[in-house]
Amino acid sequence: MTDSKYFTTTKKGEIFELKAELNSDKKEKKKEAVKKVIASMTVGKDVSALFPDVVNCMQTDNLELKKLVYLYLMNYAKSQPDMAIMAVNTFVKDCEDPNPLIRALAVRTMGCIRVDKITEYLCEPLRKCLKDEDPYVRKTAAVCVAKLHDINAQLVEDQGFLDTLKDLISDSNPMVVANAVAALSEIAESHPSSNLLDLNPQSINKLLTALNECTEWGQIFILDCLANYMPKDDREAQSICERVTPRLSHANSAVVLSAVKVLMKFMEMLSKDLDYYGTLLKKLAPPLVTLLSAEPELQYVALRNINLIVQKRPEILKHEMKVFFVKYNDPIYVKLEKLDIMIRLASQANIAQVLAELKEYATEVDVDFVRKAVRAIGRCAIKVEQSAERCVSTLLDLIQTKVNYVVQEAIVVIKDIFRKYPNKYESVIATLCENLDSLDEPEARAAMIWIVGEYAERIDNADELLESFLEGFHDESTQVQLQLLTAIVKLFLKKPTETQELVQQVLSLATQDSDNPDLRDRGYIYWRLLSTDPVAAKEVVLAEKPLISEETDLIEPTLLDELICYIGTLASVYHKPPSAFVEGSRGVVHKNLPPRTGSSESAESPDAAPSGVQAPEPPAVIPTQGDLLGDLLNLDLGPPVSGPAMAASSVQMGAVDLLGGGLDSLVGRGSMGGGGGSFAPAPSAAAPASLGAPMGSGLGDLFDLTGGVGALSGSYVAPKTVWLPAMKAKGLEISGTFSRQVGSISMDLVLTNKALQVMSDFAIQFNRNSFGLAPAAPLQVHAPLAPNQSVEISLPLNTVGSVMKMDPLNNLQVAVKNNIDVFYFSTLYPLHILFVEDGKMERQMFLATWKDIPNENEAQFQIKDCSLSADAVSSKLQGSNIFTIAKRNVEGQDMLYQSLKLTNGIWVLAELRIQPSNPSFTLSLKCRAPEVAPYVFQAYETVLKN
Amino acid sequence: MIHSLFLINAAGDIFLEKHWKSVVSRSVCDYFFEAQERASEAENVPPVIPTPHHYLLSVYRHKIFFVAVIQSEVPPLFVIEFLHRVVDTFQDYFGICSEVMIKDNVVVVYEVLEEMLDNGFPLATESNILKELIKPPTILRTVVNTITGSTNVGDQLPTGQLSVVPWRRTGVKYTNNEAYFDVIEEIDAIIDKSGSTITAEIQGVIDACVKLTGMPDLTLSFMNPRLLDDVSFHPCVRFKRWESERILSFIPPDGNFRLLSYHVSAQNLVAIPVYVKHNISFRDGSSLGRFEITVGPKQTMGKTIEGVMVSSQMPKGVLNMSLTPSQGTHVFDPVTKLLSWDVGKINPQKLPSLKGTMSLQGGASKPDENPTINLQFKIQQLAISGLKVNRLDMYGEKYKPFKGIKYMTKAGKFQVRT
Repeated sequence: MTDSKYFTTTKKGEIFELKAELNSDKKEKKKEAVKKVIASMTVGKDVSALFPDVVNCMQTDNLELKKLVYLYLMNYAKSQPDMAIMAVNTFVKDCEDPNPLIRALAVRTMGCIRVDKITEYLCEPLRKCLKDEDPYVRKTAAVCVAKLHDINAQLVEDQGFLDTLKDLISDSNPMVVANAVAALSEIAESHPSSNLLDLNPQSINKLLTALNECTEWGQIFILDCLANYMPKDDREAQSICERVTPRLSHANSAVVLSAVKVLMKFMEMLSKDLDYYGTLLKKLAPPLVTLLSAEPELQYVALRNINLIVQKRPEILKHEMKVFFVKYNDPIYVKLEKLDIMIRLASQANIAQVLAELKEYATEVDVDFVRKAVRAIGRCAIKVEQSAERCVSTLLDLIQTKVNYVVQEAIVVIKDIFRKYPNKYESVIATLCENLDSLDEPEARAAMIWIVGEYAERIDNADELLESFLEGFHDESTQVQLQLLTAIVKLFLKKPTETQELVQQVLSLATQDSDNPDLRDRGYIYWRLLSTDPVAAKEVVLAEKPLISEETDLIEPTLLDELICYIGTLASVYHKPPSAFVEGSRGVVHKNLPPRTGSSESAESPDAAPSGVQAPEPPAVIPTQGDLLGDLLNLDLGPPVSGPAMAASSVQMGAVDLLGGGLDSLVGRGSMGGGGGSFAPAPSAAAPASLGAPMGSGLGDLFDLTGGVGALSGSYVAPKTVWLPAMKAKGLEISGTFSRQVGSISMDLVLTNKALQVMSDFAIQFNRNSFGLAPAAPLQVHAPLAPNQSVEISLPLNTVGSVMKMDPLNNLQVAVKNNIDVFYFSTLYPLHILFVEDGKMERQMFLATWKDIPNENEAQFQIKDCSLSADAVSSKLQGSNIFTIAKRNVEGQDMLYQSLKLTNGIWVLAELRIQPSNPSFTLSLKCRAPEVAPYVFQAYETVLKN
Repeated sequence: MIHSLFLINAAGDIFLEKHWKSVVSRSVCDYFFEAQERASEAENVPPVIPTPHHYLLSVYRHKIFFVAVIQSEVPPLFVIEFLHRVVDTFQDYFGICSEVMIKDNVVVVYEVLEEMLDNGFPLATESNILKELIKPPTILRTVVNTITGSTNVGDQLPTGQLSVVPWRRTGVKYTNNEAYFDVIEEIDAIIDKSGSTITAEIQGVIDACVKLTGMPDLTLSFMNPRLLDDVSFHPCVRFKRWESERILSFIPPDGNFRLLSYHVSAQNLVAIPVYVKHNISFRDGSSLGRFEITVGPKQTMGKTIEGVMVSSQMPKGVLNMSLTPSQGTHVFDPVTKLLSWDVGKINPQKLPSLKGTMSLQGGASKPDENPTINLQFKIQQLAISGLKVNRLDMYGEKYKPFKGIKYMTKAGKFQVRT
């Protein structure tokens, strides 16, 4: 007598047979028939044709039959909305039943019937049930509001159910509270803007009380809700933490993880000096470890979360390395996650153990796992410097095994080790070369080629090795081709005599026979570089590369902070914010960790990444490396827009050098980083372009406000201001100003060394700017700059550099290099340094031009608080190459007509009206390029007021 | 919350589906089948699979995949915990959880699932309460139901559901009042080639079977509660009391339940009760390899080790093995390369051993990987961590119950590398 008999009737007339049985008079037969229908439904058979017959069975006092019919209704009501109306009366009647079980069942089922017409009838019974005396009915009704909201949100709001639901948070029964919270959370998810869960200290208190008494599932809902609360100070945060901590001992792992989330989030607000902080840290470790003894599926989710926690607060699990050791029969998805965490926890203290384990894993059967283990050894070497040597020898041992994929993986990681510790382990190259022939994966081939190119001078037969790769050039993947091109160029620069033929061969392969634009472009760049200036090419191609950073796949700190708020959710499994993948998250609320508040605030910023893993961001601008590269391409390859610029720039060795640094790391990254992005970004790449503008204008303000001692000979020179503060440039402080004297512009700089080490090898380069300003000579700092020493330099500038319109127009982005690093800053130059000496226009010409320029190009400004006479003004302006062409006196006002010319040949015409009684002058400017007007006005003001 | 549930058997057939919200087409499982195909073994199917519109979270137990479909950001642990609870409930209802059993009881299964979840929110997951709502099928009840026409659906609201002790129903009556506790410890360990311990930890549980009349209030105290610094309790345990006095105080659920689970971490010294001596060697060029293992007792506190099973996944290159055990029986499956040896009891005077040769694939180089030996064993009357119950007291009821405590140590994931 089992239910399997319900499956046996698969004859053609099945539906008819069932129909007859459903309409039978006998109760028992009816029930059996409904059971058969349900059984068919569970296996996905379509029994919707029986809808009216099943609904007819609904009027019964047999609870089982009633439940079965309800089950059927929920599945099929949507496909038969008109028929479903037939059921409404029974529902309404059942909602009045004296038995709370039946009342709850009715309201629950009604909510599951997703038919619009029925929802209207649902409102009244639901309202009653929400106020029912029996908590079982109330808690069921609370969920029903969420169901209804899903079907018809407007209706729920209009009927005021949301407010009733909010009231239920204060219900006396913890189960009702939990369900109300769950329902509200679900509704809030689809309406991120609505402030449904308005949490305040009172409601938090109620939730915390309910937390102790409700079911495990309710605890999860309440904890997740608590995590969204923002405590007002550290004391409130601590008291919540204290009440949440017992949840860490719950048997349900979801409760534990939700509790961990609340604690991780609120911990952010606690001061690290607090005893409680330390206690909390200690309490977090055991439950996390316990999660790892659960079923593998739970372990997986737990491990993904632990991965985040370890990055945020490595101190919690630093002694628990061993629990992450892999058992050979763990599912592969658990193994890979454990491995990842092992590397994150690796430190000098435990590295020996970790390496022994990793070596063990590298001999396992599963290929993916073995590869990852080999890669992990490399990551250990990069992370823990003391272990590097041991890691390298372990890798060599593994290469000796000759297992193909192990060898390939080992070579890829050894390349990374070379990049981290250059000139240290090159003795192993010979061993690597032995395995050249067995490499068949692009990444491994590319890595090997990189090694050969990079260390070409130490490998006797480097040319032969590379030549052997060249034979099948067109069959290689792009990654390998690019790498081969670079490697051969490197080889050529190192051993030019023997390899001329080889380099020509590869350049022609890359530029003529290839249809890959990246390859072609790079080929052309090298070609031009080599043919125009081999010395420059050397500087570019063989430039010293930045070391790769310690940990390569850390989650970016702001994302990490956001993810910490999502511990235990899908976001934490994918390590992506929900906005990136959850469908239907209309409008995105970004969660973030609370800032630390309270009395004992420490100077450290709460968002700071653990122990300086992130390099400090470079201070300013140079937009992107792409632009830099663009520059270079323009200079070398583009049609010669600015003829002299080309010559000038290739003379400027310092400048090219600077670009070289950027370019090479760019090139390096493009080719080597393909698999896994294991290279650190070059420092400049991270500078957001937008930083430039606000900073620049800040400097501009300084210019305007600091009136000081200015030299009156020649044009006005503003006092020096700090352009690059020492703290942003590893101790190098740069202040400066611009001046124009007898036709030449110069940038007067003071370099101050505020670091503890000697600085040398200074060089400077400008980004493209509005007027083509460029250094006319390299930056001459003759002696190395000792600590606490300053040097004053006047850098001559010309205006033949390449032109790009900046915003603001007079913005200049500068890169300065020294032996330590490259620094970027931006500054605003006063426009009058660009006013040329032959800016005096003929009178007739002036009149004609003034008329010729349309009136909409005229701009008017007020120069306030200036008490000079017309003559004084005139002579003062003349010093800055603003020439007075005519002076008229109209009705007691002095009118000065003036002209000036910019270095790029733009004429600006001005009319200055001076009233003897009024200290404000009116300046009208007319120019064919009206955008310069405000800057000319600024120049007027600067000159007149100093 | 949880939208739908699909049960899928090893052959990849969906044999049951249940929807708590709108119906999700079963074609969504295609993504699951893809993942299943990619995974080499059923155990390796990833538990979280994204699809364009849904997420599939699955657990694999009793050769059945329980696949939950969710649509919004839901804590995955919540879903996975719930799925495990579903499996536990089926097991509780039907004795075993298998495809045949589920098909045989499909209506009860369906009714139970409906009670467990409402709109994707868990409703009743305590087996006590569920059993009051939907009575588990028994032969007697089926017969009675057929004769009297009564049903297996309870028509009263379960009493425990809303009380302060939701895990216990009122009005429980027994003629024999008894409370039994089993302290069961599983030892997970990785032992390296030379026999030293790489990592070892103990997962312990105290499972209880309590059949007491009325509303008994129990306290359980330990001789050495300091061992328990990492514990998870059944909701019935009063946490405050534990924090302050290190005493377990609780009103027990009726019947079988897990009172607590604990974890003795790798940092404490864990006694290793057995050792394995092994000599497995392959030689280059030779088609024969030597194989020899011996199992012996180590730190057993004088107790006997029983139920010893040794298994090992041999490298692919091993064609066959010709072995002689000193006791027990052994099997080598040349297809899966799995060697298993059912040893039985260890007699310290005469240590069991398994010796012989392996024939290797001719011409091939010697295998790169060494086999790992997996060990199963049991030790009665011993909790390897040293945990001991001091006393069990009952308050709130007048009668005198029978009490009993049993200890057992088992191997969990106990692996010896060679």
